[in-house]
Amino acid sequence: MNNIIVLPMALPIMLGIILIFLRPYIKTQRVITVLGLLATIGTSMYMLHWIQTDGIIRLDFGGWEPPFGILFVADSFAVILVTVASIVTLICLIYAFSSIGEKIENMYFYSFVNFLLAGVNGSFLTGDIFNLYVNFEIMLLASYVLIVLGGKRMQLRESLKYVVINIISSWFFLVAIAYLYAQLGTLNMAHISVLISESGQTPLLTVTSLVFLIVFALKSGLLLYFWLPGSYSAPPTAIAALFGGLLTKVGIYVMIRVFTLIFYHEPQITHTIIGILAGLTLVMGSIGAIAYKDIRQIVAYNVIIAVGFILVGLAVMTQEALEGAVYYLMHDMVAKSLLFLLAGTMITVTGEKRLDNMSGLIRNYPAFGWMFFIVMLSLAGVPPLSGFIGKVLVGQGAIEAGSYVLLALAFISSIFVLYSLLRIFLNSFWGETIISFDDEVPMKRGWIVSFGLLTALMFTFGIGAEYFAPYVADAANTLLNPQIYIDAVLE
Amino acid sequence: METLMIILTGVLVTIATYLVLSKSVIRVILGTAVYSHAAHLLIITMGGLKTGNVPILGDEDISTFVDPLPQALILTSIVISFAVTALVLVLAYRAYQTLGTDNMEELRGSKYE
Repeated sequence: MNNIIVLPMALPIMLGIILIFLRPYIKTQRVITVLGLLATIGTSMYMLHWIQTDGIIRLDFGGWEPPFGILFVADSFAVILVTVASIVTLICLIYAFSSIGEKIENMYFYSFVNFLLAGVNGSFLTGDIFNLYVNFEIMLLASYVLIVLGGKRMQLRESLKYVVINIISSWFFLVAIAYLYAQLGTLNMAHISVLISESGQTPLLTVTSLVFLIVFALKSGLLLYFWLPGSYSAPPTAIAALFGGLLTKVGIYVMIRVFTLIFYHEPQITHTIIGILAGLTLVMGSIGAIAYKDIRQIVAYNVIIAVGFILVGLAVMTQEALEGAVYYLMHDMVAKSLLFLLAGTMITVTGEKRLDNMSGLIRNYPAFGWMFFIVMLSLAGVPPLSGFIGKVLVGQGAIEAGSYVLLALAFISSIFVLYSLLRIFLNSFWGETIISFDDEVPMKRGWIVSFGLLTALMFTFGIGAEYFAPYVADAANTLLNPQIYIDAVLE
Repeated sequence: METLMIILTGVLVTIATYLVLSKSVIRVILGTAVYSHAAHLLIITMGGLKTGNVPILGDEDISTFVDPLPQALILTSIVISFAVTALVLVLAYRAYQTLGTDNMEELRGSKYE
């Protein structure tokens, strides 16, 4: 019981509100946002260390004892993701400072980024299923605004579809909560879990869990990803990177949480379906990634492949596989943001969107080119980069559980990732240079700094995997033994 | 009474689905608004309709009282759907001004732009 848990959500919200009043002072807004994000990162790291010594910490709002009140629960899994999400947001903002343009900054850009982060962090930390819905909505409302900031034709067109699809998935969420409440009469996730293990997971509850599955599949892009490539290629680069790094990951997090804490009694139904969906997602994502020549589409389909890969870990449900899923989530938040930033920058400097219209970029921008190469290796899972350890552990878990089909699909999809990105690399970075040195757009310092920080983070996650192991093992352990979470909440 | 309410929810969902599937943006938005009403009706029915007194401590007999939680949920959800509907209406108007159409079919557009 400590008030510090609310800070990763409360701090961005308060800053977002303060920034509304500072609209004309863009420099001040930048400074305040950066300081706020540093404070959020610091708090969440402190919480992560604290959880290792004292176990899961929780905060009951208004002093209402669970299961009656709303509460925040901070376990290793949630706090790891809060930390990485805040770091990624900070780095995307460093990129935004020198790319987004005063016109958008003037339109409360920093306020909405803060609100987005508040929604994301709140979704990670909450222990109440209706509060989860509310946090989702905070995140989505901020994303509705961010996707359309700037008001280009394409943004308006894509945002309408994005908003409508998300309203409908939120409607499904409400319906699922209503069904769950009718059967159990509680909203506290730990309490729901206790009641279900007492009464057994009846067929009706399993059906309810499938409604939840539809909701989270829509949010995370698990098979129901048809909205994703269009809407992720519409907004400005920094915002697209933020979306690519954070939004689908929240859906994945919630799916892992709900299907390990609440609906884990009938894995032959729910987890089999998740496995099938993950397998199909890997296949369709791989086809999509090699089918297009628009680099924004290729990058967006790479997001979908990663969703399938992480959920293979959930479908398999062993200690190794879940550890792998957590590692891969951390890695993917960082690597996908970097990939979106690099792809967006390629479009900015060349003015082209198709990969066969660009060529020889590595002569103009060597550091930029090599960073693209590194992120490609990392996403393909080459050691010592961050993608490696996650892939190994998920694979190990899949072998242990005997899910050879999923194992094969997961690793074949890595080859497709490598191929799709290698195609960009070979076409756009090698070959005759198309930009003469006189009229090349200079690479801004902020861009290189943000790329460098994300690349360094990938090396840290890869080489320092041993250092992160206790945190990740604790996260997977809590996921696999829901009793730890329940005891922490209801004791 | 509960059965009647569930049937009414079903009717609302039918209407909303019909509206969402039409081509005009404004009909789609009205459809999402009807959807949210259906969800609210579903939540209050799922929590149990009037089964006793108001859940407030007082002189009256409070051995049976209505579950207050679904009402709190609906209140929150109404506020959210109000905000979302307002936002999407503005968005649709701006899209109509810029794109010159309110037909979802014509909003497909080319991929390379």
